[in-house]
Amino acid sequence: MARALINLPKTAKAGDVIEIKTLISHPMETGFRPGPDGRILPRNIITEFLCRFEGEEIFRAELFPASAANPYLTFTTVATRSGTFQFTWRGDGGFDQTETATLTVA
Amino acid sequence: MNRSAKDDLAKDDLARDDGRGAISRRHLLAGAATSALLGTLRPAEASQRTETTQSAIRRFAGEAEIRGGRVSLDLPPLVENGNTVPLTVAVESPMTEADHVRRIGIFNEKNPQPNVVTLHLGPRAGRAQVATRIRLADTQRITAIAEMSDGTYWSASADAIVTLAACLEG
Repeated sequence: MARALINLPKTAKAGDVIEIKTLISHPMETGFRPGPDGRILPRNIITEFLCRFEGEEIFRAELFPASAANPYLTFTTVATRSGTFQFTWRGDGGFDQTETATLTVA
Repeated sequence: MNRSAKDDLAKDDLARDDGRGAISRRHLLAGAATSALLGTLRPAEASQRTETTQSAIRRFAGEAEIRGGRVSLDLPPLVENGNTVPLTVAVESPMTEADHVRRIGIFNEKNPQPNVVTLHLGPRAGRAQVATRIRLADTQRITAIAEMSDGTYWSASADAIVTLAACLEG
């Protein structure tokens, strides 16, 4: 399991726009870089990031080798009700990781 | 900054390239014979490029007209390390059910591949603003294109001068 950091407020008022910051540790090997033996290292990147709230997709990103290592994304969403966010990263070599975070709407 | 001054800077960058190459070579000498490798050290040669920026943009936007405006793209004008460059893109939009940003595509000019990231948003986002970190293999122009829910496309560009290119170093 790669280490993932997710930062969002614990509570919010209904209608607030909240900011969600996510980061996952991943080399994002571009597939264009030579290794120590001079041969091109095979591509190993995260290709998709998906954020769902109670099963509904609220944000998605397609990533390419031009993303920096340890892909970092900050985006926003409107707080409507209390619930759980699901964050999923998928990539080369069957990489698939899901983390969750909860939000309480007062 | 005007065009010619920028070109000069770009040339300076190339001139300094030799020094940088030497560092890379030193790194590599530990592991392997060098002369054959030097070719592979240049990250963004045209021969390596998989697709032109234009065709990647057309694949994103189809034949639709792309107008300037409504999008703001923020990245540092002078980048010391191309391996991680902070980028923020924002689009003027009320983000309502009737009028929101559907997608934002970011494209580069000189990396081996033209796509940087494609973002899918919706009215639930509340605000059309996303930040990430990207790689830049060379001094170049970055373009952001936003697709609105009414099917119009808007764009903004920003130039970045890169002193240490991504891909070259560890």
